[in-house]
Amino acid sequence: MPSPFFYIFAAMMLSGGLMVIFMRNPVSSALSMVLSFLGLAGIFIGLNAYFVGILQILVYAGAIMVLFIFIIMLLDVKDEESHPRKGLAITAGVLIPVALIIQLAGVILTDDKSPSAPPLTLEAAAADYKQESVIHKKLSNGSLPDVHLIGRKLFTEYNFPLQVIAVLLLVATVGCVALSKKSSAPKDGAKPDKG
Amino acid sequence: MPTPSINEYLIISGLLFAIGLGGVIIRRNIIVIFMCLELMLAAASLTLVAFSRFNVTDKGLPDYDGQMLVFFIITVAAAEVAVGLAIIVSLYRARQSIHTDELTSLRG
Repeated sequence: MPSPFFYIFAAMMLSGGLMVIFMRNPVSSALSMVLSFLGLAGIFIGLNAYFVGILQILVYAGAIMVLFIFIIMLLDVKDEESHPRKGLAITAGVLIPVALIIQLAGVILTDDKSPSAPPLTLEAAAADYKQESVIHKKLSNGSLPDVHLIGRKLFTEYNFPLQVIAVLLLVATVGCVALSKKSSAPKDGAKPDKG
Repeated sequence: MPTPSINEYLIISGLLFAIGLGGVIIRRNIIVIFMCLELMLAAASLTLVAFSRFNVTDKGLPDYDGQMLVFFIITVAAAEVAVGLAIIVSLYRARQSIHTDELTSLRG
């Protein structure tokens, strides 16, 4: 049985995804989404992408899930019991993804010899970095300095996209404030609420 | 111990995307639809990280361009969720509902 962890995490991710759809209570859906992303983070770590895996846990389980649950509780949404499910939507929602999967499997199964992950040669890669740098030391010790390498790339090659992302976050913040502010000019003369 | 091949990563990524797509079509609650959109984004990230690991550069390190893209996807997704939830809150204030069946004012 090759690499059981991969299958454990993949099963966790896919079952979490299915539970997001089939749970009727939105809070359960949000928690299933976190289960799914924990499995995904495990797969990322199995792919030697430690930084991205940790980032996935921090951002999704730490920030986005809390935001979702906060909004669900703030809005006090009733269950979907009063809304009968529509047969057409369920049929389309099953058929279209299944068609997608069949297409994908058809493409992938034509390739009967798919490669395994090529090995990383960390000691050889160390020669490209300065002798006294952290990256060089860690690489020659045989460990992958994932965060250092990503940080180096982020602040050199990807510096401009980083600045653009900063502006995007600012715009999103301003947009959130503008959207959630109650309009100061009520139309029908009612007194505006505080907040 | 043999590691999984690239096809297995692509298959589970496609499955996760299909699950997200099915959720967007089936569910009527707009918050759950949002969560399913997040699942679809995560499936794309999984593909990118898998390609990053399988495309080892000449130096013998993973190709970090894919992981940079995932970094930006996560950032944009966080901003998108914040704005989207703000829109949902103001929608709920206006309509007292977040069910897509009842939000028909854009219907022609």
